[in-house]
This record gives sequence, structure tokens and C-alpha cells, in this order.
Amino acid sequence: MTAATTVNLGPVDQIPLAEGRAFAVDGRQIAVFRLRDGTVRALDAVCPHRGGPLADGQLDAEVVLCPLHMNAYRLADGCSTTGQPPVAAYQVTVDDHGDLRVQIG
Amino acid sequence: MSEISATRRRLVVIGNGMAGARTVEEVLERSGPERFEVTMIGSEPYGNYNRILLSHLLAGEEADGDIYLNPTEWYESHGVRLLSGVTATRIDRYAKLVNTDDPTTPTVRYDQLVIATGSTSFLPTMEGMYTDDGAFVAGVFPFRTLDDTRGMIAYARHDHSTRAVVIGGGLLGLEAARGLQSHGLSVDVVHAGTHLMSAQIGPDAGAVLQRSVDRLGIGVHLRARTTALLGSERITGIRLQDGTELPCDMVVIAAGIRPNVELASRSGFTVERAIVVDDAMRTLDDDDVYAVGECVQHRGEVYGLVAPVWEQAVVLADVLTGADPTAAYHGSRTSTKLKVAGVPVAAMGLQAPERDTDEHLVFAEPRRGIYRSLVIRDDKLVGATVVGDESKVAFLTQAYDRGMPLPEERLRMMFDLADGGGDVAVEDLPDDLQVCNCNGVDKGALVHAVQDGCTTVQSVMDRTRAGKGCGSCKVQVCAIVEWAAGGALTVDPSANWYVPGIPLDKPALMAAIRAQHLTSVSAVFAALAPAGAEDARSKMALASLLKMMWDDEYVDERDARFINDRVHANIQRDGTFSVVPQMRGGVTTPDQLRRIADVAEKFDAKLVKLTGGQRIDLLGIRKEDLPQVWADLGMPSGYAYGKSFRTVKTCVGQDFCRFGVGDSTQLGIDIETRYQGLESPAKLKLAVSGCPRNCAESYVKDIGVVAIEGGRWEVYVGGAAGAHIRKGDLLCTVDNPETAVTIVGRFIQYYRENANWLERTYSFVPRVGLERLQAILVDDSDGIAADLDEAVARSVAAYQDPWQQDAAAPATSGQFRTSLPLEVLPKVPVR
Repeated sequence: MTAATTVNLGPVDQIPLAEGRAFAVDGRQIAVFRLRDGTVRALDAVCPHRGGPLADGQLDAEVVLCPLHMNAYRLADGCSTTGQPPVAAYQVTVDDHGDLRVQIG
Repeated sequence: MSEISATRRRLVVIGNGMAGARTVEEVLERSGPERFEVTMIGSEPYGNYNRILLSHLLAGEEADGDIYLNPTEWYESHGVRLLSGVTATRIDRYAKLVNTDDPTTPTVRYDQLVIATGSTSFLPTMEGMYTDDGAFVAGVFPFRTLDDTRGMIAYARHDHSTRAVVIGGGLLGLEAARGLQSHGLSVDVVHAGTHLMSAQIGPDAGAVLQRSVDRLGIGVHLRARTTALLGSERITGIRLQDGTELPCDMVVIAAGIRPNVELASRSGFTVERAIVVDDAMRTLDDDDVYAVGECVQHRGEVYGLVAPVWEQAVVLADVLTGADPTAAYHGSRTSTKLKVAGVPVAAMGLQAPERDTDEHLVFAEPRRGIYRSLVIRDDKLVGATVVGDESKVAFLTQAYDRGMPLPEERLRMMFDLADGGGDVAVEDLPDDLQVCNCNGVDKGALVHAVQDGCTTVQSVMDRTRAGKGCGSCKVQVCAIVEWAAGGALTVDPSANWYVPGIPLDKPALMAAIRAQHLTSVSAVFAALAPAGAEDARSKMALASLLKMMWDDEYVDERDARFINDRVHANIQRDGTFSVVPQMRGGVTTPDQLRRIADVAEKFDAKLVKLTGGQRIDLLGIRKEDLPQVWADLGMPSGYAYGKSFRTVKTCVGQDFCRFGVGDSTQLGIDIETRYQGLESPAKLKLAVSGCPRNCAESYVKDIGVVAIEGGRWEVYVGGAAGAHIRKGDLLCTVDNPETAVTIVGRFIQYYRENANWLERTYSFVPRVGLERLQAILVDDSDGIAADLDEAVARSVAAYQDPWQQDAAAPATSGQFRTSLPLEVLPKVPVR
């Protein structure tokens, strides 16, 4: 197991409130979501069902819905509540400078 | 072991048929084997089998092994002692013992006893039925048990058997006849009654059924009493009361059933037509002795169908285990639905009207073997007979069982009028029939979800994702779930909510939004959702509703929009988008076409396609290119992505067409110019045709306008030609195009304010009813026509073209940023 590394994705302001945006990080596509209460969550950006872009999905405090077929994934751990395989979840935080820091590895 | 036994109650069940076995299953489900030591005494030497399927076994549609409900291993694995091939001879109530004919277990001790002795074939008195030693003459069979059925099959297959007579023209007799026919025998049915199935259906229905049975080649003899069976070694024929003789090689007796009450009677229990029980299924004579099934008389009724038996077993198990000591059986409304010799027959309640005020609807088409009769009292269905057709049976059964409200137009109870609300006989659909064609969910998966514990339609849909595509299968999904749950469906409180995250129906939601002046989606959640929780599934519908209600005052939060509405294009399977510029009335110009061609080349559109709504679709456009695409096009959005007013299709009309009687093109352009892009609960597709030849397909649009001779225009609403096909209803005929524009807007606004989310007009119009719509929108019966006109005018005034708005500057940070940064898009194949 390789050591986890933290990657700076830039200002959290890139993501409008209660929406998601996708980032390419070290060969992966990661969707970062900014919840209405200001917390951030990160999941793999691609829906395992048919490859839909999760960053385009609508979200609430619990789940994001894939825009293609409305499959739901829990923001906390990536598990699907509609019977699909899970997506990977990543640790993500906002640092003191207002930058997004995602942990991969 | 003995210690446990001492503390367990000894439950003894006499009878191992469907009633006894079901009772034991229900008991074990409630309390497990640790509380009861269960002994079952069954006179047949088998485990428990499904007696209903014996006719299928006879017809070769089921294999011998397939009809077992519980094989003998089941009893072992559930800790049930089965004494099979043993007959109970007497119940000693004082010693709490059952005596049997089995020398190895002559007595069985009980704490509680259930009598489930069922019934046997009624054997009319006929000469020559028995041999001297009391056995049946070879070739004579009652039709009741697995052994009877096996015997019939073996005998029917003998070379010497070519003709059979079935005595009894009821359900079982007809099924026996059909089964025997499948073994190559020619069959006659001899029935003492005046018409077939006289216990369930009236003479007219019986006559229609008889034609169908005749056509199958089965001879029917009515009002015919069999007095003698002929032949000494084996059967050679029968003789009727009038002296007629029918030659045959075998005789099957299916002249009804009689409850088995000898044991109870002999043991001192109250027996009238059957063993008398109270609402707890307890005998009148002994608090520890119960009875269940076809051997029981409850409130004067003796049942011979399986559904009441199941209901009794559930009550009895609740009482026995104490799971619900107050459980009570109140009798059953019996409805029968079966295939009689291949002909579907459904019967419930009254066969004919009884009071002057009863409504009676009859439709008979004997040539096709169709008969339908309904009896309605006080707006409730109290009786129905349907022969030869099952399309409406599921609906009628529900209406009868639950006293559901009936359609005002009674005809709809008899016929499927093409209106999107069609009913199907769900029980006859095969398990592998795909019900939801969008998400590939078959009937079996729905039934499985119910068996796994889903008790609401919504939970089944959530679990299987059925009905979550285009939604056109929802009616069928509901029907299947209701059928699978067998009435055990709990009412889904959320079914009436406008959105899943807020427990209010549309009128209450709108009232609360107005009263509290909630102008943004987040404000609605904070004020009205449980614990103020946001719900992703509710956002899109709320955004649309608030925009409709507040127009300029609406506080637009972009996260509340679905992706299509955030970027004003329709998301495709690879994450690219389709772009459809507006072409009002389907009219374009060489200049527009040039610009579209330039854009298609510049942005490498992978497919350029004409749409059904008379526009041009550019497919495979990358999200990040959208603003430049719009800028280059310089055309307004066609709203091909929204739950909104979409398009108006037109024909060329009177300017060019030699048949045209109205300027349909201009009216289409006028309607689209006025109502473009208005958000609505579901998409709205319109058309205007210049004459009744209807080249623009106005009859099958959400709103369709048709010019007729004399300068007048017909306005149709509620049509569809997508997942559902429905011809629209004629709302009104107006004298000029201006009035047509007004009426169209009034309907759109009424629909926007009153339809459920995603409820297309083809459902909305029949739900509200055409007459009601005409009253409100044309005659202004409620005095709201002016309000509707004003409200839609406000929305029209607030309209802004989203393309030109967002092309200049993004509405949010990264609005057009790719969401799949490592994918090379588009992925669509190039033609």
C-alpha cells in the first residue's frame, strides 16, 4: 500500500454551493461536491452504471443523483442506495487558504 | 428434548390439505417451533400439494412433482411431525386425545386442536357405480385427490379409452373435460343444472360460455340427470333420466364438493352444513378446538375457494399464537377468476340486479364468446360476471373487493377506451414479461420485491427502479404490485405528495409556499421539509413550481436545476449534449440553415438530425462548447431539454396546400412565440393542422389545434403518441386564431397549476375529466378564467431566452466545465 498523498485542487469557490465539479487528479477523475452547509465531499466522477458524470448530478446532504438514470450514491462513503456498485470516496477538506485538498493513494 | 416438549404446547392439526398446512406455516412464522410441538394427521400418503393445480396436472400442464407445496422434507426441517396416510377416527374432547386408525400411533394428545378435514367429491346416487365389494367400477373416478388424478391420467392413456363423460358442468367438471380432451379423448359434459357453472354465473353468461365450450368440441348436455352407469367389468356408458344412453370408456364425477364433517359430528361438535365456528375460527363446543377451511361454516357461509381459506388461516394463526388475540374473521367477499376449459371466466358478487335502483350493464357478443355484466349499487360495484375476456378483470376485482369509486362514464368499466388508463389482467402476465422497458424490470422482479417485504408501490419502484424511466408503465407496475401483495398493500402516504421530500400534496404545498412567501427552493426545504432537510429528488420539481408561481420574484438557485436546465441542453449518454435551436412552427430560413451548418462543422457535431417536432438537432456537443455554439447560432433555445413547453409542429396550411382551410403555420408560430419555454409539470408538445387531414398530427399532441371549414378552429387536449397513444379530447371549437391562442394559454396555466409532477396531459385530462375542463376553461364555471389568463401572461412577460442570457457570461463558476475531464468526448459513433 502506497502512502496517501494530498493534492491541492485550488479554491473551493470553483464549486457553486450545492453543486459538484470534476477534477483530473493523478490519472483519476474525481467529483468534488460542496454541500449547502459548506462541507465538501469527493467521489469517483463516473457512475458505475452507465458511465454518467456524477459532477453534473443534483445533490442534498446525503446523496448525489447521477443525471443519466438517477442512481443515487451516498456522499459520505460512495455506496449506492439504488443497488449499483459503490464508487470510491476520497477524503477532502478546505484548508485555511480556502483551497480544496483531496487525499488519494 | 423432553424438557422442551413439556413446556411446548401441543398443537395437533387434523388434515394436511391446503388449509391445515397453511395454518401451520402461519403459526410457525409467528412463533417458531420453540413454542409449539406440531403434529399433522393427513389421510393422503403425501406431503401437502396444491389441489387447485390438479386440473393442470390432468391436462399435462404441470408435472407431478411441481404441484407440491410442502414435500415431506419440509415437515422434518420445520420440526413438524407428519402422520401421513393416517386417518383420525374420533376426537376425545375430555381426555384431549385424537384417536387414529394407525396401530403405531393410536392416540395423539393435544393442548389445542385444529380440524382441517376439507371436503370430498359429492357422489350423486347412480346405479352401477360400485362393484359388489364396494369399490368403483373400473373407469369411474371422482376428481378430488392426487391419486384420483393419477388414476384418471393412467386410464385415459389406455388404448381402450376413447370417450369420456364428465358428470358436472361446474368449474371442476369443465376443467376435467378439457384435461381429458388433451389426452385424446372425446368428451361429453352432463350437467343437471340449466346452464354451465350455475353456481357462479347467470344463465346468459352460461349460454355464452357454452358456445365457447361447444367450439372446443366438448359436448354439453344440460338439465341431464345421470341415473345409471353402464357396464359391469368396466364402464361402457351412462344412462340419463330421460332414457338417453351415452357410450363412454370412463366417467369422471365432478358434481360438487361436500365438507368432511363426519369426524366432528361423531365427536360431538355442532355441525350444520359444515362445522360451525365463530369469528376466531373456534368451534362452538370446545375452547381448545378450532376448525378452518372448506369443512367450516362461518356466519352461515361455507367456502369452496382458496382465498377465503387463506384469510381464515391467517386469523387462526394470530389467535393460536397470541400474535393478535383479537384477530377476527368477518367472512370473505369471494371473487373467482379462472380459465374454464381455456375460456377466462370471472365472477364476483351478485349475478343480477336485485333492487329497482341497481344499475345493470350488460354487453354480450356470443359470436366471439364475450359476455360482460356489471351490477352497481350506490356507486359501488356489487357484482360482475365476465366471460371470454380478461382485460378489465383486474380493475373490476379491485373495485369489488375494496369498494373503489367508479368512473362516471360506466362504459370505461367494460371497455378499454384508448386513454392511457388501460387495465391488464396482471395475473396472466408471464413472470419474464418486461414491464418497465426503460430499466428492464420484469414482472417477476416486481413480485419478488413484494415477497421480500416491500409493502408500498413506491418502495417497489425504489427497489427495482421500475417506472423510473419514461414512467409510462406506472399504471401496470401499480397493478402488478397490488396483485402481488394480495390486498396487503399499505397505503403509501407519499403517493399524493407533489415531491418526495415534502409531505404535502400540490394544493397544500402551493398554499404553504404562498402563505409563507417562499421564493427559493432552499427556503421551501427549510420551512416545509421534515427537519428542514434538502432532498435531491425534489429539487427539480420545486424549481419548476416556484418559477411558475413567482415568475420575476423567483430566487433562482442553480443547484435546484437539473443539469439540462443548468446548461440549457439535453445530456446524452456519453456526457455530451444535444442542441436544438428554436424554429417556431417548424419554419426556418436559408440563413438559419447556413448558420446551423457552420456550427455543426465548427464544433464537429457527430450527428445532425431532424427531430419529430420539426427542428434540427445537433448531437455530441461538448459542454464547454455550448456558449460559443449559441453565440454562433444566434437563435433562441428550442427547449428540447426541459419539462416545459417544447414545440409547435405545423403543416403548410392554406397558403400552399390545396386542401388547407386555415393558416396553421402562422397560428403555430403565434402560439410558440407566446408560450415558448414555459416550465410545466411535464413536457408539452403541440401542433396546428390546417385541415382535418391532420398532417401535423394535432390529434395526438398535448395540445392540438385543427382548422375546420368556416374559419373555425378545434382545440384538442390530452393527446399522446409516445409511450402512450391517446387521441386528444375536443376541448372546444373557436371562431378565430386569437381565441385559440387564449384557450391554449388558459389550458397550459390550468395544467401548470394542477397537474402532478411529471403527469403528462394524457393522464391529467382524463383525471380531471373533459367536462370539468370544459366547464372551467370554456364556460368559466369557477370564475377563474381571467386569473388563469393573467397568470400565464405574467409568465410570458417574465420569459427570457436562456441561451442569449448565459452565452454572454456564465451564471455560475464552471457552469460549462467538463464533468469528465479525462474522457475524450464525444464518444458517439460517427455516421
